[in-house]
This record gives sequence, C-alpha cells and structure tokens, in this order.
Amino acid sequence: MSWALSLRLMAAEDVLSISGLVLLMFAAWGGDRATRAINWVAVLTLLGAAALVAPTMAGGAADMSAFYGQYSGDAFSAFAKILIYLGAAAALVMTPSFLERMGAARAEYPLLVLFAALGMGLMVSATNLLTLYIGLEMNSLAAYVLASFARSDERSAEAGLKYFVLGALASGILLFGMSLVYGFTGSLDFGAIRTALDGAHGGAATVDGVLSQGALFGIVFMLAGLAFKISAVPFHMWTPDVYEGAPTPVTTLFATAPKVAALGLTMRVALFAFGTQVHAWQQVMIFLSLASIVVGALGAIGQDNIKRLMAYSSINNVGFMLIGLAVATPAGASAMLVYLAIYVVMSLGGFAAVLMLRDQDGAAVESIAALGGLSRSRPGLAGALAMIMFSLAGIPPLFGFWGKFVVFQAAVQAGMLPLATIGIAASVIGAFYYLKVVKVMYFDEATGVVANGNELSHGVILTVSAVVLSPLGYLATGWLGNLAATAAASLFHS
Amino acid sequence: MIGIEHYVVVSSILFVLGVLGIFLNRKNVIVILMAIELILLAVNINLVAFSAFLHDLTGQIFAMFVLTVAAGEAAIGLAILVIYFRGRGTIAVDDVNHMKG
Repeated sequence: MSWALSLRLMAAEDVLSISGLVLLMFAAWGGDRATRAINWVAVLTLLGAAALVAPTMAGGAADMSAFYGQYSGDAFSAFAKILIYLGAAAALVMTPSFLERMGAARAEYPLLVLFAALGMGLMVSATNLLTLYIGLEMNSLAAYVLASFARSDERSAEAGLKYFVLGALASGILLFGMSLVYGFTGSLDFGAIRTALDGAHGGAATVDGVLSQGALFGIVFMLAGLAFKISAVPFHMWTPDVYEGAPTPVTTLFATAPKVAALGLTMRVALFAFGTQVHAWQQVMIFLSLASIVVGALGAIGQDNIKRLMAYSSINNVGFMLIGLAVATPAGASAMLVYLAIYVVMSLGGFAAVLMLRDQDGAAVESIAALGGLSRSRPGLAGALAMIMFSLAGIPPLFGFWGKFVVFQAAVQAGMLPLATIGIAASVIGAFYYLKVVKVMYFDEATGVVANGNELSHGVILTVSAVVLSPLGYLATGWLGNLAATAAASLFHS
Repeated sequence: MIGIEHYVVVSSILFVLGVLGIFLNRKNVIVILMAIELILLAVNINLVAFSAFLHDLTGQIFAMFVLTVAAGEAAIGLAILVIYFRGRGTIAVDDVNHMKG
C-alpha cells in the first residue's frame, strides 16, 4: 500500500483540506470583505469533493482501504459523503445574507463549515478508532464554534455553551468506551475488533463463546457516546436548545450533514466492528429507536418555535432510522440509508422555508403562531412548507412516506413485528404537530407578520427539495435503492 | 503487585467523578471544563495502562492524540465561555437557562 495510492483513495479529503488551508490564507489577508467570495469557493470545493467520491458509489475496487487500514473509501463512505458534502454546500449557499443581516458575516464561517465537512468525511470513512476520534473531534470542535457564531446574540452563545459541554461529555463517554474496547480486544482496528469479539470462533475478548464484561462495557459506552452525537433519546436534551439558539443556517447544517456523519459512523461501528456481537447491542438500539420516536413525537406537541419543532422532528426521525439499524441486516442498513437521503432533502427544504420567514424589518420569524394566514399572503411558500410537513409526517403520496415504508419493511422481513407496529403507531402521534403547522398556515386568522420578498438561493433550494419530495421522487426509488444496497453491502463484506 | 485491574479501577473512579462533576455541579461553568479534563485523563490512564499490559504501542499514541485534542477542546470551550460572559455577565450554571429545556 503506497502513500500515493492512499492519498488518491482519499482524494475528496485532500481537496477539502488543501482548499480549506488556501482559503484560510485568503481569509487572513482579505478579511471580512472576502466573505462572500470565500463562501462561493467553499461551495464549489464541496461540490467538487462530492463529484470526486461519486464514482465509488457504484462499488469500486475490491480493496479500498488506505493508510494501513486507518481509512476506507468504500461505497458506504461514498454514499454518506455525497449526502454530507451536498448538505453542507446547500447550508453554505443559504448562509451569507442571513449572517450579513445579523452583522456576523465573517470570513471564518465558510472555512469552519469546510473543516467540519472534512471531519465528517473522515468519520464515515474511519475503519480505526483513532481515525474515528480525530474525524469526530474535527467535526465537533468546528460545530461548537459555529453554534455560537452570532456572538452578539445571547441565545447563540448559550447554544454554543450547552453544545460544547454536552458534546465534550459525549466525546468523553465515547473515548472511555474506546479505551475499554482497545484493552479487551487488543486493537484499534475495526477488522481486528470484529475478529476479537467473535465468540463462535474463540475471539480474544470472549470466554467460552461469551463476551467478556469489560468488552461489553466498552461497547455500551461507545454506543452511548454515539447516541449523544445522533441525538437519540435519552441523550437528546441538547438538541432543542442548540437548534433554537444557533443561527438558522447553522441549524440547517446541524440537521443535515453531521447527522448523516454520526449515523454513518454508528452504522459502521455497530454493524462492522461490533458485527459479530449483534445480540449485545441490538436491544440497546431497539430501546433508543422507540424512545426517540415517542419522545420526539410527544415533545414536539407543545412547541411554538419552529426551530424547536424541527429539533424534535429530527429526534423523531432519527428514531425511525435507528429501526433500520436495530434490525441489523443488510436490508435494514440499506433502508436506513434511503431514509437518511430523503431526510436530508426534507431538512434542507424545511430550513430553507424557515429562513424565508422574515418580517417587515428583515428579522427572522420563528413563532408558529405568527404563520397564520400564510397561505393567502405567500401561497407558494405555504404550499412548499405544507408539503415538507406532510412529507416529514410520512403521508403517502409524498416521498417522505417511502423512507418510512422501506424501514418498516426491513423490520417486518426480519421478523421484528412489535418494533414495526409501535413505530407505525407512534408515527401517527407525530403527524399531529406537523399537521398543526399546516392548519395554522391554511385555516388560522391572517397575522400578516411574514413579509414578502425572497432570496434566490433559498427559493432554489426550497423548490428543488419540494420537487424531490413530490410524488415525482418515486421515479428515483429504484436508483436510490440500488445505491443504498451497494453501500450497505460494503459494510457487511469488508 | 499492582495489576491492570488497579489501573482500570482508578480510571473508572476518575471517570465517574468527572461525569458527576458535570451533572451535580450547580456553581460555575469553569468547574465543568475541569470535569471534562478529568474524564479525558481517566481515558488516558486506561489507554496507557492497557498499552503497557498488551505490549502494544498504539494505546500510547492514542493517548498523545487525546491530549492534543483535549488542549484544542479546552481552548474552544474557554473562548465560548468568554463570549457567553460578555453577553450575560455571569457564568453560573443555574443562569444558563434563557431557552427552556
């Protein structure tokens, strides 16, 4: 394995890091005047990185591991990276005007997003606990700063502080788990951990085919730390505050790219590294998914802030995705990836619509009650937002339904009927608060708070996601399903 | 004879102290930063002890990475704390509640 080959396998990361460093120079010399230019170059870099990993989505060479097994550029990482880079690029496109209105348009912003995206790419490609940790921290440290980016806004500073404390705690729990896993399996490499945990073949971390207590503790600690990062219940308490307090473009980013990265990381760790001890973590995963679905649905009911609503919605959706992981089959993993792709589109569209809600003075409107009568004053915006809400609720003609359908199908095929039944029942509760937003927009008295005036970038992203979520999206099911199946298969065979 | 168990017990105690320090502390955010460092140091004791026990250097290399990241994390944590203090004029934990939840 030569260094040149390794560097070629991680071409997207090379492009992101070099471009990030060069842009850092421009930011240092150009100052805040260069913010817009740097923003657009960063968007192009992310799109270029996505184009670089796109060919590997279909499979690629047999051995895609680089740097002596530290990193893998397989189909799974390519699928996740496309979502991460496109999500980050879309979040960046929607950013400049928002921060300019807040007086917080600084040249470091696009760079932080770029380095966070680099870390997220490493997370989904990591095949070694060390790479995993470095990628995770690269993403987290940039994310803490991004959450508190609107320095003059008290809510933003509070969001940054809460995110930092709970994120650092999560990293600590994850690390403690990693140290135990290292101690009891004797390696940091995912493949070696998998072998050591294999009770049926006398793995090093097992006694007479039974997993040793220390290794079990390590697995549970690692999954708890990861559950923080994907904001699964009971480790979700930071999510609503951070989503509400962070500037809306940052929330858009948090709801898309890091979610994909953390879920991708969890999938690789659970299904590949711990894949020989599925029964040790399967019940944990079932609990996490059902608790997230129920708490996400119930917690959203009383909310009036639309960003908090979207936070609970993301907790709820993570629960549905975890059903696919709890099933622990290639079909489940593939369903999870399909759901993830659709969820990213729904989040981007939802937050593009939230960004378009501004009053006469250009200040952001976040209260749901203020949306009354939006269907009369802004029919296009109200229609698109209604469609995204119906899609998040999983109502059939829209594409959001397909994600839930494939996940439940995988659960039923694996014989986990109770899990699927409870999930479907809870998704009905979830529909209530999505429909409440639609009811306010279409049937309540007009408040006239939301003013006219669109920005092209927000409008384009909202339109694109509305088209994908419309029944037209079903044209892509075969294609998306194949890509997700290829990606999921690489987790089970590598 | 001090064996691997002793090291794991010490690091577990430190880890639990760190976690409790985050949850039970109602005074000051700086104490939370110290508790986070305590957690990371507990992890480092584990890594180095296992590394010596297994005769495998990777654990010690990992500990170096953890130290480096911990330094960066502390720097960012303090920076966020400074802008928080500028806006609010306090760093008492009980006052970090302008958003419900």
